[in-house]
Amino acid sequence: MENKAKQDAAMLAKLDEAADNQRKKHKSYKCQILICNSTSCRSSEGKEVIEALGECVKSHELTEIVEIIPTGCMGLCAKGPLVRVELAGKNPVIYKHVNPMLARLILAQHVMMALKHKGDFQLPDFLKEHTLPIDMPFFAKQTKIALDNVGIINPDSIEDYLSRGGYESFRKVLTMTPSEVIDEIKKSGLRGRGGGGFPTGLKWDFANKSEGDEKFIICNGDEGDPGAYMDSGLLEGDPHAVLEGMMIGAYAQKATTGWFYIRAEYPLAVERLTKAIKHARKYRLLGKDILGSGFDFNCEVRLGAGAFVCGEETALIASIEGKRGTPRPRPPYPTESGLWGKPSSINNVETFANIPKIIRMGADKYYAIGSDKSKGTKVFALTGRVENGGLVEVPMGMSIKEIVSDIGGGVADGKQLKAVQTGGPSGGVIPTYLHDLPVCYDKLKEVGSIMGSGGMIVMDNDDSMVEIAKFYLGFTVEESCGKCSPCRIGGTQMLRILERISEGKGKKEDIDKLKRLSFAMQKASLCGLGQTSPNPVLSTLKFFEEEYMEKMTEEANDEEVK
Amino acid sequence: MLGQEKKSGCCYDSQNLEKTPSKKKVFSKTELAIKKWKKKRGSLIMALHEIQDLKGFLPWEDAVEVAEGMNVPLARVYEVLTFYNYFKLEAPGDIIISVCYGTACYLKGGKDVLDEFSEKLGIADGESTEDKMFHLQTVRCVGCCGLAPVVVINGKTYGKVRPSDVRGMIEEWQEKHAAKNSVDGASDGE
Ligand SMILES: Cc1cc2nc3c(=O)[nH]c(=O)nc-3n(C[C@H](O)[C@H](O)[C@H](O)COP(=O)(O)O)c2cc1C
Ligand code: FES
Repeated sequence: MENKAKQDAAMLAKLDEAADNQRKKHKSYKCQILICNSTSCRSSEGKEVIEALGECVKSHELTEIVEIIPTGCMGLCAKGPLVRVELAGKNPVIYKHVNPMLARLILAQHVMMALKHKGDFQLPDFLKEHTLPIDMPFFAKQTKIALDNVGIINPDSIEDYLSRGGYESFRKVLTMTPSEVIDEIKKSGLRGRGGGGFPTGLKWDFANKSEGDEKFIICNGDEGDPGAYMDSGLLEGDPHAVLEGMMIGAYAQKATTGWFYIRAEYPLAVERLTKAIKHARKYRLLGKDILGSGFDFNCEVRLGAGAFVCGEETALIASIEGKRGTPRPRPPYPTESGLWGKPSSINNVETFANIPKIIRMGADKYYAIGSDKSKGTKVFALTGRVENGGLVEVPMGMSIKEIVSDIGGGVADGKQLKAVQTGGPSGGVIPTYLHDLPVCYDKLKEVGSIMGSGGMIVMDNDDSMVEIAKFYLGFTVEESCGKCSPCRIGGTQMLRILERISEGKGKKEDIDKLKRLSFAMQKASLCGLGQTSPNPVLSTLKFFEEEYMEKMTEEANDEEVK
Repeated sequence: MLGQEKKSGCCYDSQNLEKTPSKKKVFSKTELAIKKWKKKRGSLIMALHEIQDLKGFLPWEDAVEVAEGMNVPLARVYEVLTFYNYFKLEAPGDIIISVCYGTACYLKGGKDVLDEFSEKLGIADGESTEDKMFHLQTVRCVGCCGLAPVVVINGKTYGKVRPSDVRGMIEEWQEKHAAKNSVDGASDGE
């Protein structure tokens, strides 16, 4: 008994020591160079920049003075690879579009010069040209909670995560009862970030109350919205935060095994998450009798195989079971009968990433951020015709205008903003005159779109709304699993009509047909895919019907009369 | 520099398989993949991923082996293979060109890039050239939307691609292919 107490104390001490040592290690360097090592920046020479800097630091014998930290996404992907130089006592400097050549110059002409001249160092103009103002709205107007560590820590280092207070929330939770944890999450007002917006605390409560010899907790990392990468940004940039969130959920729901279901198209996210799990096991944060609490939990990673519908929770479960990813009607909800018939609760990657922060900052403080019925922050992948495209996190309730014009820097190439699309293939377009709308679950719904998982696509005056509607519908038709006929047949028919209109062969009554088919699909489809797939068509019709009408040619309509 | 990176597949620990020394019975790669996943729950798709990563596609014989080895009806394996887009039942070309067809890339001209590849190579989306050198396919977002439109060729990512870049990209890979073949040929003693 005594022995066990000793062992438990030693495990905790080991965690504290690792965190302390890492903090000391960071402090011992005079300069830190952070480089974005995410999929996006890596593919535009970021990998080579990291190598070049590493070699350079070595050849100048600076390995004990300059620390190079490969991080997750710093956000401004359109201007990557990004490099951030932090010198003790100075404001950080951020460089854009860095290549190996520029990286060497940064080291020689900025870092080494600043270290040599200390107080009176001025950044040379030729380098200044390549910097981004640190106070630019893109950085200044964001509130980072889920992305708190992303772009700051090395995602491959559990010690880095520990040094920033990592796993302290989990340790705190182990001293609470499951229902206390659930109450805290309920109080925070957190709603699911995967698109549905279901209150997370309530889901956990249901899951906690279901009985079973085995219970599962699942992380939905399928990220189906084509053109959005919030979850990949989180998994690549701070996998431990997602893991810690799941572990807290598992404790609260008394789950025995956790499953991460990740898109196969995200090999780097899978690699980093797998590593994070391995490191957590090493520190006894996973396994049996975790940190002496008596709580047993372990988790596994499973991959998707390129099916959008597998983001839907019942299809996801079928996919892990090794079946076709076809959804089934609910109830029973997965919290009663899920994976292999056992109680299973599912949350999105970003939902989990918020959990450790809520425990740390306290539910009340989290509740104070955001708008009326949407609490906290939301991560968006801001893309399309926007100047500062990238990954951004803002408090709920910020207006679309602020996100696009201030943070996003407005439309690129001096063109005119026409609309913003949210919610991906299940969402809709929002025209410019509505851009004072606060971004939150309910308001977006009111104008015919949805919050979705965080895709936000900016469109300018040259973008055709008919083509956008056709693009999204083409996607959902291709991805329909084919199980229910409203979705399988309705979608195909709608797409045919859209193609006809797009080719100038549409007839006026086609608009009516589109609306009728949409209604049928919304009402009669089995799962969210079919129920929401008419949304892009309906919302473009609602706000831009004239564009559909412009495509109607006289010939096509005359034929009708004959 | 020239992204000779192996196509980053998804079986993060498949390297372990390569290292296994041939002591007594020599297991095929497929057998090893089956052995590794057989005892784990929810692993049919993982085993298939691993085999595809090693072979580039899923030959029918392997599907049969998986069904027998993992005790899953062959019909189920077939159902899974045909349902999920990721699995290929036929050998694709050596050089796999994936044009991103996610929203961000579509909006910024991904279709023009796809059409250009299609025209230059004379194949449509999902097809391989007759000499099996190139395979053209579309993917839905590779997480680099800030660099749209994006093309990934055998693991190397190209951002902000214009249709006028396509020709150079094809030539780059033809050269690489020729260089690789001459090295392989030399080592085979042919
Ligand atoms: C067609 C379809 C696709 C979905 N895709 C995703 C997805 O990619 N990621 C996700 O987290 N949730 C997705 N969902 C929502 C999930 O079914 C589920 O509600 C969610 O994972 C629950 O987690 P949350 O409460 O934390 O949001 C999808 C739903 C539907 C109907
Ligand atoms: S849409 Fe092409 S990378 Fe995201």
